[in-house]
Amino acid sequence: MRFQFKTHYHQDVRLFKHKGQIFWYAALAVLLLAMPWLMPEYYVSQLVFIWIYAIVSVGLMILVGFTGQVSIGHAAFLAMGAYTEGYLQQLGWPFALSLTFAALVSGITGIIVGLPALRVKGMYLAIATLAFGFIVEEGITRADSVTGGNSGMMLGSLEVFGLPIDSEQRMYYLCLIILVLCVVGVMNLLRSPTGRAFVAIRDSEVSAQSMGINLAYYKTTAFALSAAITGIAGALYAHKLRYLSPEQFTFLQSIELLIILVVGGVGSIYGAIFGAAFWIGVQQFIVIAKDWLPPAIGQQTGLQPTIFGIILIIFILFEPMGLYGRWLKIRTYFQLFPFYRKGMFRRQKSYMKSERMK
Amino acid sequence: MLQFLQLVASGIAQGCIYGLLALGFVLIYKATEAVNFAQGDLMMLGGFVGLGTSVAMGMPFWIAFLATLIVMFLFGMLLERTVLRPLLGHPSFTVVMVTIGIGFLSRGMVTMIPVWGTETHVLPVPYRDQIVRLGGQGNEGGLVLPMEHLVIIAVTVALIIGLYLLFKHTKIGIAMKATSQNQLAAFYMGIPVRRINMLVWGLSAAVSACAGLLLAPITFVHANMGFVGLKAFPAAVIGGFGSIPGALVGGLIIGVVEMLAGFYLPEGFKDIAAYVVVLIMLAVKPTGLFGENLRKRV
Repeated sequence: MRFQFKTHYHQDVRLFKHKGQIFWYAALAVLLLAMPWLMPEYYVSQLVFIWIYAIVSVGLMILVGFTGQVSIGHAAFLAMGAYTEGYLQQLGWPFALSLTFAALVSGITGIIVGLPALRVKGMYLAIATLAFGFIVEEGITRADSVTGGNSGMMLGSLEVFGLPIDSEQRMYYLCLIILVLCVVGVMNLLRSPTGRAFVAIRDSEVSAQSMGINLAYYKTTAFALSAAITGIAGALYAHKLRYLSPEQFTFLQSIELLIILVVGGVGSIYGAIFGAAFWIGVQQFIVIAKDWLPPAIGQQTGLQPTIFGIILIIFILFEPMGLYGRWLKIRTYFQLFPFYRKGMFRRQKSYMKSERMK
Repeated sequence: MLQFLQLVASGIAQGCIYGLLALGFVLIYKATEAVNFAQGDLMMLGGFVGLGTSVAMGMPFWIAFLATLIVMFLFGMLLERTVLRPLLGHPSFTVVMVTIGIGFLSRGMVTMIPVWGTETHVLPVPYRDQIVRLGGQGNEGGLVLPMEHLVIIAVTVALIIGLYLLFKHTKIGIAMKATSQNQLAAFYMGIPVRRINMLVWGLSAAVSACAGLLLAPITFVHANMGFVGLKAFPAAVIGGFGSIPGALVGGLIIGVVEMLAGFYLPEGFKDIAAYVVVLIMLAVKPTGLFGENLRKRV
């Protein structure tokens, strides 16, 4: 068992809490770098998807998990990033520049979508983002001179600083590097005053406001950052698929992103990454399971939504802290062995705390 | 002018459906402060249950209609008891996610029913393909109103009157109102809040099943018909989330605007008209037409 003896406030905001963490993160880094050599190409390709979804989830987590603003239209930001990247590549912009620009376009859209958040909250905001998601989807379909409309948009091969990204391995490293940059950036953000303001807004808007936090400014910032990171992921997504069409950025995609967060665990960066890995993993598992299930069940189109629905409901009912919460419990069990008690993470049950005042 | 009236008339019929679905949201939102994203899927299930009772079991339509409402009422109560009740007192985001899960699950399960699930079905209704003409001579001109639309409007009006009487004059209705105003206070006054919540879910499921059965002759019954429910959100917001007459008025506005946009504006605007209207509404008057201005207590 490890005791952390804190002698300075800075210890609370360190990226690495103790030396053990440095060791384990280094081990993880080595494993991740070696992964493309250890696995067949197909699985490397799936890992690329995990990294891309992890970037999106980290972006969405800023908004949902740390600022407490719900967005049911995040696929729209993904689409913004993807189409900006695709369009700029056709114009011959270098990747570094077009990626930045994709993040910018997405971020500015985020500010625009965040504007209603200044006046409305909770479900109203969710519905505003939902509306925005539908409008963007329709806009992409109709603006066929730029986006190719329903017939889609093809992307050329990718080149980063003169290095062609022509194999899954190279794509893997590119996505991994960008993911790590995003994660470190967001972790740094969260220990800065801005990040703390986000968390304060999540926990109580009224209290945050009375502590002098400018709600309008920080909510807009949260929307912009979240959208920008999602836009970066969108650009990578575009290069991974090499073909974009409006059907990839529907309402259901936005919902899937939220499911990833819930399954991973709302309110932690680990959760975002666990959730993304789990999500891609389950989809692969369904593909594999289809072969050995009897065809009467395996060939059903309804199999996937049914499984998604069951997973979501089971997680919310039995593990509301998600995979990260489960991991936390297992770790605490071994750290405190044999003193772990069942009720340590129990939820408080109460009547609905009303948000209304009568 | 006639064309305009024609559009408005079919807009109103479509709007009644949105209104009924929005009513379902509002009932649940008022009682439990949770938004039910599975409302459209409850409607779809209602359509399929109606199909089961009227086609497979061979009941006459209006009896099948009542049977469907009862089945869906019980289903709504079961849903509350098994899935929603353990989440009592949780943040509304959690409840929203669980209703999304219910939506996925019911869509998937319906598709998995062999033969039935993946196909588009026609619900045989006695008033199919009948037309009522207003104005005009004989069989020429005038305002053409399909019987399907008239039935939608008539049933909606009847349902609204029924709900009004329920909330105004019955003990259960008044208890529901009390619960929606303040759960804890209602509990202290001796109202069984959990049982009331269960009834509200049942009622909401029955109302959306009703919408499903009314919509069935127009769009047919299929597993994805529930996506109409997404347009009921704008309806509920425009009316002011939490106001029952507001939900209906919001539904009518959305229905009419959508019809007019589909006819007078370029292609593509029909599908997003509802969302554009709701964004404008949120920017101008976030509380909606009939909403009260509510502030959070610290």
